[in-house]
Amino acid sequence: MATVEELKLRIRELENELIKCKQQRSQDSVPNSVFRPRIEKMSAEVVDSNPYSRLMALKRMGIVEDYEKIRSFAVAVVGVGGVGSVTAEMLTRCGIGKLLLFDYDKVELANMNRLFFQPHQAGLSKVEAAEHTLRNINPDVTFETHNYNITTVDNFTHFMERISNGGLQEGKSVDLVLSCVDNFEARMAINTACNELGQTWMESGVSENAVSGHIQLIVPGETACFACAPPLVVAANIDEKTLKRDGVCAASLPTTMGVVAGILVQNVLKYLLGFGTVSYYLGYNAMQDFFPTMIMKANPQCDDRHCRGQQGEYAKREAARPKQEVVEEKEEEVVHEENEWGIELVSEISEAELQDASGPKPDLPEGITVAYTIPNKDGEVNSEETVEETNQSLEELMAQMKNL
Amino acid sequence: MADEATRKIVSQIPILKTNSGPRDKELWVQRLREEYMSLIKYVENNKQADNDWFRLESNKEGTRWFGKCWYIHELLKYEFDMEFDIPVTYPATVPEVAIPELDGKTAKMYRGGKICLTDHFKPLWARNVPKFGLAHLMALGLGPWLAVEIPDLIAKGIIQHKEQQGS
Repeated sequence: MATVEELKLRIRELENELIKCKQQRSQDSVPNSVFRPRIEKMSAEVVDSNPYSRLMALKRMGIVEDYEKIRSFAVAVVGVGGVGSVTAEMLTRCGIGKLLLFDYDKVELANMNRLFFQPHQAGLSKVEAAEHTLRNINPDVTFETHNYNITTVDNFTHFMERISNGGLQEGKSVDLVLSCVDNFEARMAINTACNELGQTWMESGVSENAVSGHIQLIVPGETACFACAPPLVVAANIDEKTLKRDGVCAASLPTTMGVVAGILVQNVLKYLLGFGTVSYYLGYNAMQDFFPTMIMKANPQCDDRHCRGQQGEYAKREAARPKQEVVEEKEEEVVHEENEWGIELVSEISEAELQDASGPKPDLPEGITVAYTIPNKDGEVNSEETVEETNQSLEELMAQMKNL
Repeated sequence: MADEATRKIVSQIPILKTNSGPRDKELWVQRLREEYMSLIKYVENNKQADNDWFRLESNKEGTRWFGKCWYIHELLKYEFDMEFDIPVTYPATVPEVAIPELDGKTAKMYRGGKICLTDHFKPLWARNVPKFGLAHLMALGLGPWLAVEIPDLIAKGIIQHKEQQGS
């Protein structure tokens, strides 16, 4: 009855179970006093035994008005890898109300150049291993974990349902979604979900050469969504020709990932607790220690119709709002006198092709560029042959393909 | 983007018209029909050119695809099973084609045997949404990957011809 796929899943579950049991056993030998009981109310009392005393001191110093509010928030972390696991740990230590963790991967020894996970957790699912460690660090946090790939149709539906209903109180939406994934497909899936739900989220990323990264706050309808422009990249100012790609797909450093997780969670705290200035985009170029910032408006021609819908909603909200004094940040005009950051388009294409293929580039400050450009959609009358009209049903076509 | 020969082959693959993904009910069926028509034409072209190199089929929803691809190296045929899911964001994003049996054998792969398309194919795909379909993914994504990786893996002795194994 069960398919191979289901059986594989079952084996994986049982393997995880076994590793958990082993972990449990090794932990049973640790004295119980190591684990602290849950704390009902955050205290500002400065004693060695209060895990929140240094955080509550932020109030006394006048940085944060109401630190306890942190316990009322639910944050979803999608991708529990180099950035996501550290992000989750920081939020856990800060005493966040609830964390929802999404990842389909297992801990591998190849992950040990990054922070958080430990060799004995190899083989465990990342979400389970993370929950275990995080619960020990702070039992006051509520955890919810999902071990699946959000980009497949079934899982995506469930993912959307959890974003809408997985808040601190079941049925309420989460307060913030954090994208800590390592690929374009998963980012687009998060983007699609958040545009449909009108859910504010933050995107984070580290480049594949490990020497740059970025974070971005996306408020659907207001700021550019992930589909509004081609992926933004922080120019690393490395000559593409000297960058060797032979036999490797990605490099990673615990430092860059730690920095990116740090600026991400800093932005989360500022956004949730209302202090300082929340960054809309903050880049990190590790080669020059340069941090470009900017804000990008939503693209009225965005391919995602839900993004366009949200833009309409936002415009209505703005129109209905009493006029406020304009304290909008004036962005400084950047004049590109020289191309110090080596901004360039994807190579491997001829000049002519580039001309045809390259589209408008968004106006970006120094140090930030797009991974590639998209040509204008208009005037698409070309000689390419399109699929013919046919009366054949899908089933017939499937059968025809099979018989080839 | 590619050499003249590839360009010619690609120009003969019918391009798609319907911009819809697996979450769009009827429009997805329309897109799927186009995908199949485009794939059938591409395979037929390949057969005519004596360059037949893959087969694909899907579940009835068209969300999960599987098949075989093969590569001829020094007159020997090396065949591999491939599989991929259609992501919810398709066609804005490319499916991640996986060859599970090569997982862990080359660095130009992501976990689960997903081939690395980042550099050579993803920007190209992004520029051609929604015109490109699975046939283009095969011709410009998987094809070049096999052409680079398989001879290299054979030269390194990491993969052996199935009939020569154990001899």
